[in-house]
Amino acid sequence: MNRIQKLFTEKREKLIVYLTAGYPKLNSTKDLVLSAIDSGADMIELGIPFSDPQADGPVIQYSNEKAIKNGINLGIIFDQLEKIRQETSKPIALMGYYNQILKWGLNTFISDCKSLGVDGITIPDLPLCEANEFCKLSKSMNISPILLVAPNTSNENITKISKKAADLIYAVSIIGITGNDLSSRTELKTYLSRIRKYSSTPFMVGFGIRSHNDVKWFNEYSDGAVVGSAIIEKIKNKNDYINSARSFVKKLKGNHG
Amino acid sequence: MELTKRDYDLPDSKGHFAEFGGRFVPETLIPALDSLEEHYLAAKENKLFNNELNQLLKYYCGRETPLYKAEEISKELGFNLWLKREDLNHTGAHKINNALGQILLAKKMGKKRIIAETGAGQHGVATAAVAAKFGFECIVYMGEEDIERQKLNVFRMNLMGAEIRPVSSGSKTLKDATNEAIRDWVSNVENTFYIIGSSVGPHPYPMLVRDFQSVIGKETIIQFKELTGLPLPDKLIACVGGGSNALGLFYPFLPYDVEIIGVEAGGKGVNTTQHAATLTKGEFGVLHGAASMMLQNEDGQVTLPHSISAGLDYPGIGPEHSYLSKSKRVKYKTATDDEALDAFKWMSEKEGIIPALETAHAIAYLKQKDNGISKNEHVILNLSGRGDKDVSTVEQSMKKKYE
Repeated sequence: MNRIQKLFTEKREKLIVYLTAGYPKLNSTKDLVLSAIDSGADMIELGIPFSDPQADGPVIQYSNEKAIKNGINLGIIFDQLEKIRQETSKPIALMGYYNQILKWGLNTFISDCKSLGVDGITIPDLPLCEANEFCKLSKSMNISPILLVAPNTSNENITKISKKAADLIYAVSIIGITGNDLSSRTELKTYLSRIRKYSSTPFMVGFGIRSHNDVKWFNEYSDGAVVGSAIIEKIKNKNDYINSARSFVKKLKGNHG
Repeated sequence: MELTKRDYDLPDSKGHFAEFGGRFVPETLIPALDSLEEHYLAAKENKLFNNELNQLLKYYCGRETPLYKAEEISKELGFNLWLKREDLNHTGAHKINNALGQILLAKKMGKKRIIAETGAGQHGVATAAVAAKFGFECIVYMGEEDIERQKLNVFRMNLMGAEIRPVSSGSKTLKDATNEAIRDWVSNVENTFYIIGSSVGPHPYPMLVRDFQSVIGKETIIQFKELTGLPLPDKLIACVGGGSNALGLFYPFLPYDVEIIGVEAGGKGVNTTQHAATLTKGEFGVLHGAASMMLQNEDGQVTLPHSISAGLDYPGIGPEHSYLSKSKRVKYKTATDDEALDAFKWMSEKEGIIPALETAHAIAYLKQKDNGISKNEHVILNLSGRGDKDVSTVEQSMKKKYE
């Protein structure tokens, strides 16, 4: 069992924190990841910055652009991950657009992930119809391919996607890009219960989640909440970004002290 | 005379041209792409749809466009140059062929909010025109740099009621305008139709844009035979950015024994970093929803292209061109900014036709020494657009050159 599979057998509130590698500083990745974990994050989703992030809103676009300017690349991210893995046993997933993974080589990328202790991979621009090889290779190395579903994904496709992913799927909360506003709770409830009914795997929800209330609410109707844009926004232009991250993650977990 | 014909039936049912093409987009867009594909395949076989499109092409667009013998240039170069006059279309370029096809699909699908990306502004103008005609809301994403160098087209779009949304991220050109259009589409997919302007993007767009543009090549086959009595020309030439005007001319000829040449933007030279020669210098990758060749650095970040023509200033290319290049069915060459500027002047002086700067790249190829064009051959060049929009860019470049 990998760390993601194990985490999602636990029936409790889960917070997944998204961070952009190499942001705000080239070498801030390790400290930020470890402080998020210290402050209560149950899992980390680490973003590989890309020049053309189609599924991202302005906040994450900016962090990607800045991190690339800082000089981040996949080689450096793997070095950083190696050091992070020495200090934590929490699940870590990588999130990256397909072009960079192709450039690294899909096979090499997944085996590098394996040897560095990465537990899952999300590729936002790789939908079910193109995901066969990625899923096959990932599973063969005991890494969870985290495929996505959206509010307009049909029941039939929710089942197909969850079966193909096998361990965990990522439900996009809204029809839109990261950082957009959430739709009404009634609408969300209908959507999330549809996934509950048709997914054969646990699922986490992300996009537009900003507060402890959101995190609590989404955990009632799913298996975990991902916070991305809100934390990136919190650490933007902060000299003391580590402490900003710490106190925000604590708030998200409902620990105000 | 019986023509030799080879089968060509790409893309496959999943939108792949061998390893190129496909759908590399967020899952949110998949239902919309499925629905678009379904509507398109039905429309393609539907007599009423085709009648309506053909009527519009004839009476709104002004088709068919002439195949015109450029006598003066033919004399100078010693071969027969034929120009397919797409510049004579309504709105001034081939872009309207596709915009009309797609807006009819939007109407069929009941989507009344139209978005588009534009580089040179020709696709934006074509989309603004058809949206105005059909009474649909129209939003055009355009890079800030392109807004600056294509002021005339921005004004035309505004006149026809389109809203221009300036894009200030990244290169501030077509690539980033396309990113923003895709983000808009992801966020508003339920009520919005995205009219893509070139044979790029996720399946079914590359196929659909090619098909709507192939009216160019279909007319050309008939016209050439009528005018010359010959079965086929020797060569076809067109400029390639995303590649829709080129595929429009090339596609109906692909099964036949005709040599085909696409001309990419060589910018300041393909041995500099300032060019947009995707097939000549690019690598395999995924951009804007399709696997194709693209310009990128060793980290897999998309690099900024350069071309004097906004319409070719794009780091990607349609997946079918990548396939045609790899399979060697089509040869891809380049022309630099300077060559294009010279060709722009040359065509204007010789034939009294001011071509678009994009088209001027194809024209420039005619004068290249090693172009392989033999005496007395029949060469058809797609004169994809007119150059009114480019006169201020050209004026500035000429001033610089002679200062």
